[in-house]
Amino acid sequence: MTATMDEHQEGSTRRNFLYIGTGAFASVGMAAVIWPFVDQMNPDASQKALASIEVDISPVAVGQAITVLWRGKPVFIRHRGASEIEEAGKVDVASLRDPQKDSERTKKPEWLVMVGICTHLGCVPNGQKTGDVKGDYNGWFCPCHGSHYDTSGRIRKGPAPRNLDVPDYSFVSDTKIKIG
Amino acid sequence: MGHHESNYEPKWGIAKWFDERLPVARMVSDQFIVFPTPRNLNYWWTMGMVLFFFLIIQLITGIILAMHYIPHADMAFNSVEHIMRDVNWGWLLRNMHSNGASFFFIAVYIHILRGIYYGSYKAPREILWLVGVVIYIMMMAAAFMGYVLPWGQMSFWGATVITNLFSAIPLVGDSITQFLWGAYAVSQPTLNRFYSLHYLVPMLLVAFVFIHVWALHVVGSNNPEGLSVKSSDDTLPFHPYFTMKDMYMSVVFLTIYAFFVFYMSNYMGHPDNFIRANPVVTPAHIVPEWYFLPFYAVLRAIPDKLGGVIAMFGAIMVVAVLPWLDRNPIRSLRYRPKARFFFWLFVIVAMLLGFLGAKPAEGWYVTASRILTAYWFIYFLVIVPLLSKMETTNRRMPGSITDAVLGHHGKISEGAQTASSGH
Amino acid sequence: MSVKNTLASFAVALTVFGGIGMAGAAEKAGEHHDKSHVERQNWSFSGLLGSYDKAQLKRGFAVYNEVCSACHGMNLLSWRNLMEEGGPEFTKDELKALIAEKEVPAEPNEEGLTHSDEDGSRLMRAALFTDRMLSPYANKKAAMAANAGALPPDLSVIAKARGIPHVADNSEPSAWYAAPFVGLMEYGSWIVSVAKDVTTQYQEGGADYIYALLTSYAEEAPAGVDVGDRSFNYVFPGNAISMAAPLGTLETGAEADKEANKELHAKSRDVAAYLMWASEPHLNARKSLGLKVLIYLIILSGLMYAVKRTIWAGVKH
Repeated sequence: MTATMDEHQEGSTRRNFLYIGTGAFASVGMAAVIWPFVDQMNPDASQKALASIEVDISPVAVGQAITVLWRGKPVFIRHRGASEIEEAGKVDVASLRDPQKDSERTKKPEWLVMVGICTHLGCVPNGQKTGDVKGDYNGWFCPCHGSHYDTSGRIRKGPAPRNLDVPDYSFVSDTKIKIG
Repeated sequence: MGHHESNYEPKWGIAKWFDERLPVARMVSDQFIVFPTPRNLNYWWTMGMVLFFFLIIQLITGIILAMHYIPHADMAFNSVEHIMRDVNWGWLLRNMHSNGASFFFIAVYIHILRGIYYGSYKAPREILWLVGVVIYIMMMAAAFMGYVLPWGQMSFWGATVITNLFSAIPLVGDSITQFLWGAYAVSQPTLNRFYSLHYLVPMLLVAFVFIHVWALHVVGSNNPEGLSVKSSDDTLPFHPYFTMKDMYMSVVFLTIYAFFVFYMSNYMGHPDNFIRANPVVTPAHIVPEWYFLPFYAVLRAIPDKLGGVIAMFGAIMVVAVLPWLDRNPIRSLRYRPKARFFFWLFVIVAMLLGFLGAKPAEGWYVTASRILTAYWFIYFLVIVPLLSKMETTNRRMPGSITDAVLGHHGKISEGAQTASSGH
Repeated sequence: MSVKNTLASFAVALTVFGGIGMAGAAEKAGEHHDKSHVERQNWSFSGLLGSYDKAQLKRGFAVYNEVCSACHGMNLLSWRNLMEEGGPEFTKDELKALIAEKEVPAEPNEEGLTHSDEDGSRLMRAALFTDRMLSPYANKKAAMAANAGALPPDLSVIAKARGIPHVADNSEPSAWYAAPFVGLMEYGSWIVSVAKDVTTQYQEGGADYIYALLTSYAEEAPAGVDVGDRSFNYVFPGNAISMAAPLGTLETGAEADKEANKELHAKSRDVAAYLMWASEPHLNARKSLGLKVLIYLIILSGLMYAVKRTIWAGVKH
């Protein structure tokens, strides 16, 4: 063969560059292709569009609560009485597992709006109806694993790590709220 | 699988430990890396890998579509549109699946015609050929049932016409169609079971693809010369030579496929399938998907219900028995000019039949379909067997694949050149 | 015969057929200058770089909203679609104003009722963005009763559900011995038309048809043609169409009506474009991503070919 050692090496370097370059280019494409196959499982456009609902709260009397469905999840809307508000305000925030003042959790003290899903493993706590077991703190009680929530929906006892979530909501008027 | 000796040697301790218990790496190495493959394979031999790619694409996109599709007569159409409109990337995934079916068939038709041209069905590859025909029939079943799922007018009436083929069977025909429908017409139970079967058939197909590859690796690939492998000079390791050649062609195929997915996504379909299924109105022209058109033309060429159905299934079955119709020892049509002429005539006839399948069944269209259908059967049942006896020698045939590659033709003496020697 | 030879002979065959077809097509074009012929239009959304013209979609929606929606629903679309990317892209406030007057059947109220106690009428509520663009009729029967037995189809996918035929059928040649030639010519012109469709990425048959349909109403059926209480339309199959001219009829000759004619064509074009968008709402995304994917795959093909060549270099095969 007439090729010198140098020419050989140069040739093989060029080859390696071509192989690695092609491999890298193909890998980038493969990686990009994966995304649509994954993203298709995320909430679709029709689900995202259901993001907000308006609720008429005028029929809810003091001491009553209603449950509405928002994004497929129950939302508790409770018309609290003076004693409940007082009870919720008295608590020493520093002693709580998830420290939060009652005023941080409400827009108007008499209306408590929260996602009715226990932050432990996703059950719906009892306490919406008058006859329900409301737990040791007179709020909500999750029957699945025994989490107790107070009148502000804060976790007081049991395995749940956080207070019941407060969704984004606003008062459209005195009798109407918009969730989401 | 293949008969060649394994030269796989695990390099690390863990690989050795694994190899003694489950020799997957050895299998991959033996069958897909060092596997001896005829060095003279041309690009027509790349369709196997292309088909494998499309099988994967269809399986993945199909599993995803099943997450969003609803097999209910009232909701199927809307759920498909929901996929096209609302699901993230749904339009892409659905276009990939529907056009993927077409490209699957394009590749399989090239694959089959290559097999006929180069005599890949001949001994010792008869089982390989038969398994291939089974895969092809399964593909047709899966594609047909898949086309029913969007529940548009063509879905519904296509399903009605095809299932009614079985009513041609004497005595039990009507019972069979009702059994297929689960009702007295194509309706909800039919849609629901077609959905289930559309998912099942591809799973079976995967199993048959495995058997197909197994059968291929027992006897090894045929090649454009139609000569059997005689020495290791005749072959190259599968990797990197054929992996790269196949992958290159797969990317070329994917490019054409992408063109259709993104720019002509509805071109292979029919506008009528965007009209909801309506059991009381039949579309003016019922046209199956393009890949069924030649057989549809054969069906309509025969003016008798049972006769048409027999002719249609017969047109597929004559392909299956090809290894026994053509017993000529020369495999490749490269060395059989007469057979080559009739082969290309057959290809043109098949394409013309496809064209006629899309035309209304009236006037000269029917006459032409009859003439071409006659040729289809005459080709397989008369021309092929006759030429099989007549065209048994060729002076120009090289002695081996290596000779052919090096351009040495006509090395062996007349009368001694049997292509099927040495197995 | 090598692969190259077979390919070459195949190409020759295609060219021959194509040539015959071309001649056939040219012949046809000459005779086909009648009003029943659907012409292919230039649309902003055709071709590799096509995308919707937002202003046109807005105008088209206005035509739908003012005219078509009196009888036709678009059940697969929600109002929100009108403000989504790739469509008319109305702003939230514009859309709010657009649907301010729209009502949809209400869900059962506290007493579980869907109809009024007093007069039995359907209880309605204001439409939300997430509500569908419903047909004005309560059901199929009501729609047919209101339209002399004809059912106004839903327009959501109408632009995909219509098209124009590739090659006209010609099943009765003048003489039996002409059949093979007529046949080959038809086959040839079919191949040519497919080639043309592929090179122009033709997917606008539905929009072309709708535009042609809306601009092909005759003031009166030609002499000797009886369409009963239906209207005469040149491009509608069978000519007798149940839908009365929604945007006006084809004006012939009269200079004074030029303005009206222009408006008819403009509105028809806009609403055809709007209906195309309704059928293919992701066309913009599809085409722009498609170009990137194609460029990527072409480069990858080139690279793969180079790799393949390098590996096979020096190996006789």
